[in-house]
Amino acid sequence: MENLVQMALQNVNMAAIMPSLVLCCFGMFLLMINVFMPRGKTTAASLISLLGLAVTFVVTLRAWNHPELGFAGHVALDNFATFFNVIFLIAAFLTVLMSDDYLHREGYPVGEFYPLVLFTTAGAMWMASGTDLMTVFLGLEVLSISLYVLAGLFRGQLRSNEAGLKYFLLGAFSTGFLLYGTALLYGVAGTTNIADIGFYLSAHGKMLQNPMTIAGMLLLAVGFLFKIAVVPFHMWTPDVYQGAPTPVTAFMSAGPKAAAFAALVRILILGLGGLQADWSSLLWMLAVLTMFIGNVTAIYQTDIKRMLAYSSIAHAGYALVGLVAANAVGISGILFYMLAYTFMNIGAFAVLVLAGKQGEDNLTLEGFSGFGYKRPFLGVAMSIFLFALMGIPPTAGFAGKFYIFAGAINAGYIWLAILGVLNSAISLYYYLRVMVYMYFREPQEDYGWVRMNPGTVVSIVLAIVGVLYLGVVPGKIMEMAKMALF
Amino acid sequence: MQDYSLIWLIPFFPLVGSVINGLLGKKIKNEKVIGTIATGAIALSFVVSCMLFFRLLGDSQKVHEVIIASWMSAGKLQIDWGFLLDPLSGVMIMVVTGVGSLIHLYSNGYMHGEEGFYRYFSYLNLFCFSMLMLVLGNNALVMFVGWEGVGLCSYLLIGYYFEKKSAGDAAKKAFVVNRVGDFGFLIGLFTLFWALGEHGIWTVQFTKIAEHAHLLPAGGAVVTIVTLCFFLGATGKSAQIPLYTWLPDAMEGPTPVSALIHAATMVTAGVYMIGRMNGLFAMAPDTMMVVAIVGAATAIFAASIGLAQNDIKRVLAYSTVSQLGYMFLAMGVGAFSAGIFHLMTHAFFKACLFLGSGSVIHAMHHAYHHAHLHDDPQDMRNMGGLRKKMPITFLTFFVSTLAIAGIPGLSGFFSKDEILWWAFSSTRGGWILWLIGFAAAGMTAFYMFRLVFMTFFGEQRTDERAKDHVHESPFVITLPLIVLGLLALVGGWIGIPKALGGANHFEHFLAPVFEHTQEMFGIHSQHSLHAYEFPLMGASIGVALVGIFLAWLMYVKNPEAPKALVARFRWLYVAIFNKWFVDELYDGLFVNATKRLGRYCWKGFDLPIIDGIVNGAGWLVQGFSRALRFWQTGQIHGYAMTMVIGAVIIVAVYIV
Amino acid sequence: MITVGHYLVLSAILFAMGTFGVLTRRNAIVIFMCIELMLNAVNLSFIALSSHLGNMDGQIFVFFVMAVAAAEAAVGLALMITFFRNKETIEVDDVNLLKW
Repeated sequence: MENLVQMALQNVNMAAIMPSLVLCCFGMFLLMINVFMPRGKTTAASLISLLGLAVTFVVTLRAWNHPELGFAGHVALDNFATFFNVIFLIAAFLTVLMSDDYLHREGYPVGEFYPLVLFTTAGAMWMASGTDLMTVFLGLEVLSISLYVLAGLFRGQLRSNEAGLKYFLLGAFSTGFLLYGTALLYGVAGTTNIADIGFYLSAHGKMLQNPMTIAGMLLLAVGFLFKIAVVPFHMWTPDVYQGAPTPVTAFMSAGPKAAAFAALVRILILGLGGLQADWSSLLWMLAVLTMFIGNVTAIYQTDIKRMLAYSSIAHAGYALVGLVAANAVGISGILFYMLAYTFMNIGAFAVLVLAGKQGEDNLTLEGFSGFGYKRPFLGVAMSIFLFALMGIPPTAGFAGKFYIFAGAINAGYIWLAILGVLNSAISLYYYLRVMVYMYFREPQEDYGWVRMNPGTVVSIVLAIVGVLYLGVVPGKIMEMAKMALF
Repeated sequence: MQDYSLIWLIPFFPLVGSVINGLLGKKIKNEKVIGTIATGAIALSFVVSCMLFFRLLGDSQKVHEVIIASWMSAGKLQIDWGFLLDPLSGVMIMVVTGVGSLIHLYSNGYMHGEEGFYRYFSYLNLFCFSMLMLVLGNNALVMFVGWEGVGLCSYLLIGYYFEKKSAGDAAKKAFVVNRVGDFGFLIGLFTLFWALGEHGIWTVQFTKIAEHAHLLPAGGAVVTIVTLCFFLGATGKSAQIPLYTWLPDAMEGPTPVSALIHAATMVTAGVYMIGRMNGLFAMAPDTMMVVAIVGAATAIFAASIGLAQNDIKRVLAYSTVSQLGYMFLAMGVGAFSAGIFHLMTHAFFKACLFLGSGSVIHAMHHAYHHAHLHDDPQDMRNMGGLRKKMPITFLTFFVSTLAIAGIPGLSGFFSKDEILWWAFSSTRGGWILWLIGFAAAGMTAFYMFRLVFMTFFGEQRTDERAKDHVHESPFVITLPLIVLGLLALVGGWIGIPKALGGANHFEHFLAPVFEHTQEMFGIHSQHSLHAYEFPLMGASIGVALVGIFLAWLMYVKNPEAPKALVARFRWLYVAIFNKWFVDELYDGLFVNATKRLGRYCWKGFDLPIIDGIVNGAGWLVQGFSRALRFWQTGQIHGYAMTMVIGAVIIVAVYIV
Repeated sequence: MITVGHYLVLSAILFAMGTFGVLTRRNAIVIFMCIELMLNAVNLSFIALSSHLGNMDGQIFVFFVMAVAAAEAAVGLALMITFFRNKETIEVDDVNLLKW
């Protein structure tokens, strides 16, 4: 008996979940102290969560090149997971920085916001490091459930309610598909361990074309494609992004998307590598559709948050191109792109946080008239982020697209790369339109005095540094992304 | 072995200037300080450029690559932040920094008192930075950085007077049209990258491309497609048929901007790019022919439009389009160094012409301002007789006009004649190309002298109240004019052809870049035709003189003549005056079609019209966008249904 | 003789019924119940497969699914209540502020 317990404990290896463990501890600690905090005082909570994220960051970095396997092979803290963990932490850090002031301005200084962000991040980490469909599923659900709450955080605001409810119903619905796919794969391979599924399939080649395997793979993919916001599972994105509180949208567009990519890449490459011909042809089509529909629909938007939501759909499409290529350049391109996207998109949302008035009714194109002259710093910052989103050199967006498209060309998908470039050209219309309003229109209203709150400004500056660093000298990070491949 | 490691300073100075003025300009406020920072930055790069250029002149090794840092690597592909200094880029940096410095200086006077003074200089420096990256980049991606950068700065500067709706529209038009070109550039680059990759060569570095280009079948489909895509990029940036329409509208920007960006530097980027990839283009004779034909057609087409414009800047704009056509003609017939030569002389005389016109506009504007009039300061019909009021401007303008008209001894004569000679005698040329260029030369002489006569000669037609307020511009404005005028006068002497007893130093200097290609593909002027060289030269001088004479006859001797002519050939005049109705054609084909379609399909939906969608693809995208938007109903059922249908289709496709 | 195939077919039917319910019902709570039905259909598959394959992974998975479903229910009902407070309805047809 004693022997058994010992064995079980040996198998556990806490080091494998150390980063998420630290986050969860901080999260629970925050939940507890929130009880004792006076209502409406959240600054302390935000500082503690920043501290938590920083500590986790250190813990995470220590894991680089020191892979750990834990929980009987259910969790692996390999370089792949660590790279993604860094992305999640950066996303969470930038989000928390911009949130405190925002929550006060909008009249919802709820301390629970911060632990929820931390739990979401922890969930994302499990998705990235889960080597068993079970752990991945748990991570996905921890992440999703926290996000449902975050999206609906502004209880008195109908928009936020609606965002939360829509996200919840559709998210739960997609979970059904994901689970069904898992069950089918389990039925085929007799295990839920991703690597074991891969071994099983390569040992039993004829099972590859079994309808149950293929259906399982496809339904499983649906669940992740929903989170990534790939057409036709993207419909929730614009509504939820528009309705959710802006920092939450910022976080949602970067962290969970990256997490879903991490899980999808691991499952498709390690577990279902034998079916590559099938899934890459599927993703080829979906990538094109996603880029196209995201970019084209964005053209007609007048609400900037909603426009960025469509743009985020399009960016999911670009990143998917890397998975279609499925070679070293393409996959490490995805890792790079997710990092770049985290910086540029969260940066853009941080500008929106400062640009918005209470209620945020002015976050429309018209509301941005002359913005660049009235608020020069924010105008320049927004321009940099928009350029990065357009993919204009030398910003992170260009380097990211370059790697991904180079990967596609290396793998012989030249048409996919050309369609990608064509889509980038289309995307210029709507990104540029924001700049036209910022710089070529007379201001139509008084911007009033919005406090340049230090947290948000720091987050913008960090994002600018990230965007430019990744754009000018991406080599080092790209090397690391390559080392992160399994 | 000479040291060229300081080359990064050349683009670095303007970048720093731009950042300083952009971030602190609003606080500095003092125009002198701002102007000095910006002008100093570009002048410093000019100094460094001179240093390196003369080092290169004395160096036996003519091609140098300086790698600053590694940029990106993808698979076997390694891309650096690297610079390439060879005679071609050497000439370009001299032109960009030299003319750039003069125009910065000029801008100090011209933009005096403008509200966004710091903004203007910040953009202008940023433009110089991008342009220098474009010409110095040692690989296609660094070039693309510059390519995008100059497009962006051009966009910002055209829209500088954004309070004017026309300026904003012109800026958007320029940007959108340029995107079409950029798209071509990128597709060309990708295809080339992939095609060479098929042979195991992963590179975008110019020297390596040139080295390995022979792996692709010469004259084959791949090379032709690649080069055509690149050429599409060039037509966008360099305003050639069919993508030229943005350039005349770009005159909405401040005049020094027109001089720097839309005459001397940015618009020549396409020519430079073809020169840079000459090896590749030479492999695709079909593309070369397209380049030559498009160039010749643009030259004559734009020149004909220039015949009837009354806005002084528009005449010059069409003249620029036409002269760029000459350069492409040169590239197309394989006369690479002649094309670059014309690029350089054109930079001198056209910058001088633009700055001169700016000086005139400046003076007219002030006069009208004094007299509280709102007449158009750019309309030549309100000018005349300014010769005596603005002697320096007149003199420099006149010299440059002689140069562009092709009067022997001036810079334009040598370069243009070289091009015409090659068009006639090159193994890739033909007499018909020469004939078109020849006719365009006559028209050029005519419209340029028409401009000079209408502006500087005859009676002053300015409103009485403003007449006496027209004065010569200050020294900061006239100094660059004088320098450029001198260059327009003597700039061609470094390329006097052998036939005239010169040594054609220019061609020798550029030989390391082009000679190899020309020898490999047998591109040279045919010996059997050498007897024609002098007669042809005589003919082009003759046609220039005829053009000048006609202009004199119609605008000085007998000012009533144009009216009679117009009355006689009404239809022709109307067609030319309205720029052959190309804008209307584009509008009719694309814009109106969109509107009609929109009304048809979406009656009752009062939806905002998209800004910036003027080109052909636009309306398609727009329609899709409208349609797709309505898919997003906001109903959870609809969303869930989409997911289910999507999943069912996917599963069905893959299982069945 | 009831084989694993029967269970799987039953599970598929239940899953389809759940999906159909999601697509047709209008009350958010009923929709959520349909989603629960889908999850339970999956659970059924897991248990049937687990006993067929003779390993415990599937049954453990079911526990996780149930735990997660419970957490989801808590959050979901809370979201519906806040929505109801603001709009006095939980018909999903009325969840239509954000669109286009």
